[in-house]
Amino acid sequence: MTELGKNGAKKSPLDFIGQEFEIDCRKDRCIGCGICAEQCSNGVFTYNRKERSIAIDDSRCVCCHRCAAMCPARALTVVRSRRAWRENAGWRGSDIDEITRQAGTGGVLLGSMGTPKEYPIYWDKMLINASQVTNPSIDPLREPMETRIFLGKKPDQIRRKPDGSIDTGLPPQLSAALPILFSGMSYGAISYPAHLALAKAAERLGTFYNTGEGGLHQDFYRYGAHTIVQVASGRFGVHRDYLEAGAAIEIKIGQGAKPGIGGHLPGLKIVGDISKTRMIPEGTDAISPAPHHDIYSIEDLRQLVDSLKEATSYQKPVIIKIAAVHNVAAIASGVARSGADIIAIDGFRGGTGAAPVRIRDNVGIPIELALASVDARLREEGIRNRISILAGGSIRNSADVVKAIALGADAVTIATGALIALGCHLCRSCQQGSCNWGIATQKPELAKRLDPEEGAERLVRLVTAWNHEIKEMMGGMGINSIEALRGNRAMLRGIGLSRKELDILGIAHAGE
Amino acid sequence: MKREGEVRIPSGCAISGVFSRDGGAIGGEVMIRSIETMHGRSNGLGGGFAGYGIYPQYREYYAFHVFFDDAAAKEPFERFLERHFDVVNLSKIPTRKIPEIVGEPLIWRYFVQPLPTRLSASQLDEREYVVRCVTRINTEMEGAYVFSCGKNMGVFKAVGYPEDVGRFYRLDEYEGTCWTAHGRYPTNTPGWWGGAHPFSILDLSIVHNGEISSYDANRRFIEMFGYKCSLLTDTEVIAYLFDYLVRRQGLSLEETANVIAAPFWSTIEAKPKEERERLTYLRNVFSGLLITGPFSILVGFEGGMMALNDRLKLRSMVVGETESRVYMASEECAIRAVEPNLDRVWSPRGGEPVIVRRNGGEEL
Repeated sequence: MTELGKNGAKKSPLDFIGQEFEIDCRKDRCIGCGICAEQCSNGVFTYNRKERSIAIDDSRCVCCHRCAAMCPARALTVVRSRRAWRENAGWRGSDIDEITRQAGTGGVLLGSMGTPKEYPIYWDKMLINASQVTNPSIDPLREPMETRIFLGKKPDQIRRKPDGSIDTGLPPQLSAALPILFSGMSYGAISYPAHLALAKAAERLGTFYNTGEGGLHQDFYRYGAHTIVQVASGRFGVHRDYLEAGAAIEIKIGQGAKPGIGGHLPGLKIVGDISKTRMIPEGTDAISPAPHHDIYSIEDLRQLVDSLKEATSYQKPVIIKIAAVHNVAAIASGVARSGADIIAIDGFRGGTGAAPVRIRDNVGIPIELALASVDARLREEGIRNRISILAGGSIRNSADVVKAIALGADAVTIATGALIALGCHLCRSCQQGSCNWGIATQKPELAKRLDPEEGAERLVRLVTAWNHEIKEMMGGMGINSIEALRGNRAMLRGIGLSRKELDILGIAHAGE
Repeated sequence: MKREGEVRIPSGCAISGVFSRDGGAIGGEVMIRSIETMHGRSNGLGGGFAGYGIYPQYREYYAFHVFFDDAAAKEPFERFLERHFDVVNLSKIPTRKIPEIVGEPLIWRYFVQPLPTRLSASQLDEREYVVRCVTRINTEMEGAYVFSCGKNMGVFKAVGYPEDVGRFYRLDEYEGTCWTAHGRYPTNTPGWWGGAHPFSILDLSIVHNGEISSYDANRRFIEMFGYKCSLLTDTEVIAYLFDYLVRRQGLSLEETANVIAAPFWSTIEAKPKEERERLTYLRNVFSGLLITGPFSILVGFEGGMMALNDRLKLRSMVVGETESRVYMASEECAIRAVEPNLDRVWSPRGGEPVIVRRNGGEEL
């Protein structure tokens, strides 16, 4: 894939796109300190030290707000550009820009984070119930309100020991204090301090973070009890100690933002510890193939699950992460019979560090529909208890979490939300590797901007706040433990949905 | 208006039960007087009773109590019954015409045994065979509804106030060793007799007061195992949960209480290691069967009775006892009305099961 330059390398007037954003710099406030130029890795600002003046090239701006946040004089505001296209409902400005880019470079368009297109967000078309009169609501400040979850396979039949007591042995389980886990983001896609912040936060919250496919940095092995180690198609950084280090192993088959394709971390980012952690030479591209080349069918998946379990003495639950695609329910049914303990479904509005734009914006289905149909299918087949469900890919707030669990998820995974807590402003330029907030970058001078301790605290605050809100909503419904919410679809009503959509979600319409 | 089963109808309620420890006979009128005391907790839209030990002469036979919408529904039912069971006795259930109870369906009683050839061909345990046949009748046969199918026990229910229902069924003419009763306060007009309580499956009967907030989570879990919640009532799903945990998983009633009214994690963590592991196991493995929201239930079963409150005790429930009898009811007045001289009266704590069994009785 050819990375497209920003508007900079302009060879012909035909390549002209014009700036998307503009820097509004109030000269009456600017003190000419030059901090903006120092902070912007995109080269928007050029500082003339002698004259203490700033030159601005708006066309390089990605709208990450780093300059505005750091400007001591509050002189900077990033605004939408006034540039206009002749109105045309068929050919929007973005269509014109993209064609211009591809005609100039011949490349595949790359983008990052979740799709910006206006697809239905079913979270916003579902409403939550509350108790009135016939059933008391419960005040979480006065009564216990439980959010602890267990992920893993449950036995079909209990067993008793010779003395009649219950044999409490179980297949390996993951226990989290709350139903929110961090989803996989590789060391390489995100920085060392970003990983460290996630690891620390997972430990403090009593939940889990996920290594993504880039292996586990030696420094982070101490967070192993709160780490899910991923095995992806590139198998970067996978070795015995790595598998042993985590609380669970995730086989990544697909990602919601780019179902059906692999990944590509350019050699430019394979430096120092990244190269060591991934176990590949410095400067080589890290290419994850589209499929796992040892999994061409469901029976192959079973063998990989068995191999990983054998390698870790059957002590770790195995998660299979799949992208939400059209026949997700059938796939999930196959996965549930593969020996895996947990299935993670990633919806198509989910984020990514880099993906071809056309795939990100057009391939896959929304998590809400995928989750509902997977849960329903596994119950129809009577095997819902054999596997736990994680739902991710566009969970934005605590209400989304409540709705996901009521649809049937055991817990949710979040990544974009976590990065926003760390300072991400969703400028969707991760693929450029020069994240001004020190998150999606390997440049030491940028990465050091992210304080892992402060980041961890912000993550803890965010997730704790969500958990408070989840408890409030549960209490309102008269539910005092999260498992009584799981799959409790009577607690949801659709608003403005068609009969077909309601059927798939398995919920009634508001007023019904 | 939608009929019960097509819509979910929350209800408030009164419940009462009496159990004879030594097997001495208790007349049905005792239960009628007890439940009548709590008249204000019902609204005339449903009442019912379960009596145990009432058919000693047919103790080896499953007693099917059946509602038919009309005579046309009875014929296919009886054809089905004869194909699957040996019917040793059938009759109308005796009733008394009273102005308070109107619009009754045809109400019949059949004493049956599974046909040995059919039973062995099905490769099922006898009780499972009976449950499957009843489920099939209730979900597939228009106008026929089996509302009681246990041995030496029977459910009697109708639309009306419970005391009137008791008189209608002439329960004063029955003697049993255990009775439970229910007065219903639905927030809707169900108008269908099958929707009244108790709800039973084999000899297990449930009366329940409350509205469980975990309903759909419990329903969707239990339906994985062949149960069909056709009434959409809490009591129905609770009966299935008990049947699944006790009969099919082999849990004791105490263990069942630890699942459906599980202790809080903070309580579990404070327990000694073995107990902690046991409780954690039950909560984890059967997490889909935790019941939240207010409930007080009385479970009747062969040789015993059990009371259980939700873990926050959001519904009232009182237990009283004498040497020979145990009473359990929503309110103390319902106990005092039939037994003023009690040795002990107390309110069980939330999630704490009270289980009584016949002297020398075996664990279920």
